[in-house]
Amino acid sequence: MEVTVLLFAAHRERVGTASTVASLPDRATVGTLLSELRARGGGWADLPRSPAVAVNRSYANVDSELSDGDEVALIPPVAGG
Amino acid sequence: MIWSDVAIDPIDPSAVLERVGAPRDGAVALFLGTVRDHNEGRPVGGMEYEGYAEMAREQLAAIVAEAASRAGTDRIAAVHRLGELAVGEVSVAIAVSTPHRAEAFDAARHVIEEIKRRLPVWKRERYLDGAAEWLAGRAPGVEPGGGAAVGAPGGDIEAVRPRGREG
Repeated sequence: MEVTVLLFAAHRERVGTASTVASLPDRATVGTLLSELRARGGGWADLPRSPAVAVNRSYANVDSELSDGDEVALIPPVAGG
Repeated sequence: MIWSDVAIDPIDPSAVLERVGAPRDGAVALFLGTVRDHNEGRPVGGMEYEGYAEMAREQLAAIVAEAASRAGTDRIAAVHRLGELAVGEVSVAIAVSTPHRAEAFDAARHVIEEIKRRLPVWKRERYLDGAAEWLAGRAPGVEPGGGAAVGAPGGDIEAVRPRGREG
């Protein structure tokens, strides 16, 4: 399956891209995705080990299971207001 | 009405105020967050707000709905701005009206605190010396599913200590 990954603010600048597509095995979790991304090396390897994540615009955790077509956002520490 | 938005357009506080109020309300609270001209001793020339706009709109709508429920009012409006802001410009506006003042203050406070806790928005300060930095934020304090977490976020969420000023 494939998921779309979105990066924002400091994460985006660290990696150098605002989005990417990741191919994952069935029943992959957020944790599986994070491992795949970090294995890409470069700025990906510098991402926090356990960043906050949203799946389809809701906060999720590393154990959340992913589905084909999901939109996964890596959320840096928030600073609104 | 219960209303919220996350947008690039400049915020007109009086237009936000007009979205609340009713003959039975004796109190209207208006909170504005504005861009400050200094942070930790460094002069600040402006602020860039970046957001995950679609999620931020959904989160802000949920926050406002929670506050309305707590306060027992359906007269509440909140807007957060994104993009480039100059010193003094309004980054967030929250208006609430209720029959009595305590509920209005409480609801406005709830909305701004939850914005800071979980709205997917980031800000980069532009200093007068030419440098620019993303402000260290806080790990979103929300449990999966959207409910507000109690206390500190779980250990699986990146822990970053809040630093310095907040709006």
